Amino acid sequence: MVDEKLKNELSKQGIFTTSLEQLYNWGRSSSLWPLNFGLACCAIEMIATTMARYDMARFGAEVFRPSPRQADLMIVAGTVTKKMAPQVVRLYNQMPEPKYVISMGACAISGGPFKQGYNVLKGIDRYIPVDIYIPGCPPRPEALLDAFMELQKRIDRQQLTGANRPRHLNADEPSEFPVPRFGAHDLEPAKNPNLWKAPLVQISQTGTLQTVSPQAGTDESRSH
Amino acid sequence: MITAASPTAQSELEPLSETSNEQLLEIAMGPQHPSTHGVFRMNVVLDGEHVVRLKPVFGYLHRNHEKIAESETYLGSMPYTDRLDYICSITNNWAYALAVEKLAGIEVPERAEYLRVITGELTRLQNHACLIGFLMQDMGSSGTPLMYAFREREKILDLFESLTGARMMCNYMRFGGCRADLPSGWLDQAKSVVAGFPRFLDEYEQLLVSNEILMDRTQQVGVLSRELAISAGISGPMARASGVDYDIRKVDHYSIYDRFAFRVPLGSHGDVYDRFMVRLLEMRESVGILERAMRDIPAGPIVDPKMKLRGFRPKPGEAYGRIESPKGELGFYLISDGSPNPYRYRVRPPSLINLTVLEDLCVGRNVADVVAILGSIDIVLGEVDR
Amino acid sequence: MNLEAIKSELEASVPGCRLELVANPSPSGQHSLRIDAAHAVALALCLRDAPGLRFDFCSNVTGIDWPGKQTTEKVKARKLVAGVEQDVEELRTAVTPGSLEVVYHLYSVEKKHGPIVLRMSTQDRDANVHLPSLTPVWRSAELQEREIFDLFGVVFDGHPDLRRLLLWDEFQDHPMRRDYVEPDDFEYEPTAHDEVLRRANQHISEAGGKLQSEGGGR
Repeated sequence: MVDEKLKNELSKQGIFTTSLEQLYNWGRSSSLWPLNFGLACCAIEMIATTMARYDMARFGAEVFRPSPRQADLMIVAGTVTKKMAPQVVRLYNQMPEPKYVISMGACAISGGPFKQGYNVLKGIDRYIPVDIYIPGCPPRPEALLDAFMELQKRIDRQQLTGANRPRHLNADEPSEFPVPRFGAHDLEPAKNPNLWKAPLVQISQTGTLQTVSPQAGTDESRSH
Repeated sequence: MITAASPTAQSELEPLSETSNEQLLEIAMGPQHPSTHGVFRMNVVLDGEHVVRLKPVFGYLHRNHEKIAESETYLGSMPYTDRLDYICSITNNWAYALAVEKLAGIEVPERAEYLRVITGELTRLQNHACLIGFLMQDMGSSGTPLMYAFREREKILDLFESLTGARMMCNYMRFGGCRADLPSGWLDQAKSVVAGFPRFLDEYEQLLVSNEILMDRTQQVGVLSRELAISAGISGPMARASGVDYDIRKVDHYSIYDRFAFRVPLGSHGDVYDRFMVRLLEMRESVGILERAMRDIPAGPIVDPKMKLRGFRPKPGEAYGRIESPKGELGFYLISDGSPNPYRYRVRPPSLINLTVLEDLCVGRNVADVVAILGSIDIVLGEVDR
Repeated sequence: MNLEAIKSELEASVPGCRLELVANPSPSGQHSLRIDAAHAVALALCLRDAPGLRFDFCSNVTGIDWPGKQTTEKVKARKLVAGVEQDVEELRTAVTPGSLEVVYHLYSVEKKHGPIVLRMSTQDRDANVHLPSLTPVWRSAELQEREIFDLFGVVFDGHPDLRRLLLWDEFQDHPMRRDYVEPDDFEYEPTAHDEVLRRANQHISEAGGKLQSEGGGR
């Protein structure tokens, strides 16, 4: 670790000091290529974010790749139905590591306004791990940009070694998740129990919120 | 192109029998593919580059809107109609409000009708601009026409946001009128947006209409005959491009469209180029309607004063109300049994019914034409699958 | 365009058909014509081709589920009770089988009139759910009848390609029916109460989690 003042002095002379971790994370976060993947209404807002007014290209998401093999970010924008869910998980499995998921809009977080649907998956985080959630129906393009910047900050904070290293550098963590099958009445399984446990928040008689069982997997998930 | 093939793909195509040979290739285009129409899948059987058979697969965005509406009140379904054809939310609201007004016999005051026409035609403008942009994008123009179209669309979305509070899901119509009145300065801003539109259309025309690549790829491609269009229930610009002179604004005389003299552009070939040109010309007609409507809008209430929304229980009966949405004939069929929730709520989706002829249009053509034909049909999956 | 006149014209053209005028009490004034399944295709062809009618545009095909009703009523009857004839009240249950109904809205592009509303019903909701398909007459019914087959279970005889439209092939129910029970995956609700809370507690206890009493303190 180099002293900050020394760093500034050196940089004035044209010598830049960094660490491998910072360089690695800077490269990864500044060139996140999203997968061309819009499901429903949020997809139109995602397209509007890439258009001239809100321009996501200046954050590094210049090219939306049509193929999952070339993308590292999947923005699940729109309602995930049960008919579509196996395809979403397959696409996620086909993406190479490191890969990130942004769950955009209320439908991708938890089913949204269509929660009463027999064909609606109540949140894509039942089958794949999600990094950032963006509430809204649809979220404004600025919210998607904010989420993207938050993801970039999170990537910048990654540690390459040690217990907190990200999933793609950890040989024990899975990078592919089981694909659900079509059952007679529902998908089988209805959720991936390693990724998602149903939390239950009740309002007690004193008016406080209390959680019964914790949600698995997420540690510092900041929602917008 | 990497596609995610599902194990049910086999069961959805009849087995190729005596004509099968090793040269036939079956691919699944979608549900994730670069053409941005949403989660739509086509099981295509190809002989080299030529399409032998094409079976569309629907349901990837089936959100059972009709079932939810049976447990919601009438007004509670209004935000859900926004999400049907999510690019044109205001015309969806209008169709639903029209159906309920027919069911319950509600009248709409003058100013509300003008507001409906203004916002409806603005919706039509931005939908057609988007559609042309997406069609060009699908044909490989890497986004430049789409950027131009979205530039105009953002101006119209700003108008919607200051009027209704939301860019896309406007939730603007109510039974008997509209939800909110014009804020001060809105009409001037709208007039300037509409005044700038003809210049944008001129730009588009100059770039696209005589464009060699566009003409090569779209003329005589996907020809839809007039008889097939009527029989298959095709409506909207797709039918008019095949020469079917049927515009619900002129046939049903709904709202105050009789006060505006506008022409209905008709195509003669029914190919992709005609559908593209019909939409360009319709945008010009919409600009004319908008100018006159914004000039003539009277003062007055924006909702029927006799209308009580709380405890709204229409008498038992049924009604089918339809409008000319930018995609075609959007209709709502409602059955009331006297309770606050509808007994049956049905959406007549123009995009789904316009897709009836997809196989007929694509068989014999190249794979590249399939993308152009699908783009010209103008589908939005929220409406196809509901 | 008078529905009575159309009805008499159809009865004259298709002998043996049974038509019934169904009045619509709402202000919309869209009355419908109930047609019988046996003559449906002939009636449809007449509506499409007759020079005065020319209903060539089938705009909308809707399915409706009318569940059966079971009514019990107390009836007085004379019965032998312990050897003596007496007036006894007994409960009689009458079961009206439900039906699935298909409604067609027709317009005319040539003559620019409409709508005409046609209704066809099945005999019950279980075994006799076959109706003739009008796809050979109007191609626009193709996808809409497939959807009614998928969501309601009406089998259309004569349809060129009858299979599920919106749901996956292995799905076994017909979800738009009134007695459809949704799969139990609605586990999480931010502020659960009533039925959702009861089910959520059940799920959590099944999974071995902590069980919380409803509305209790910490």
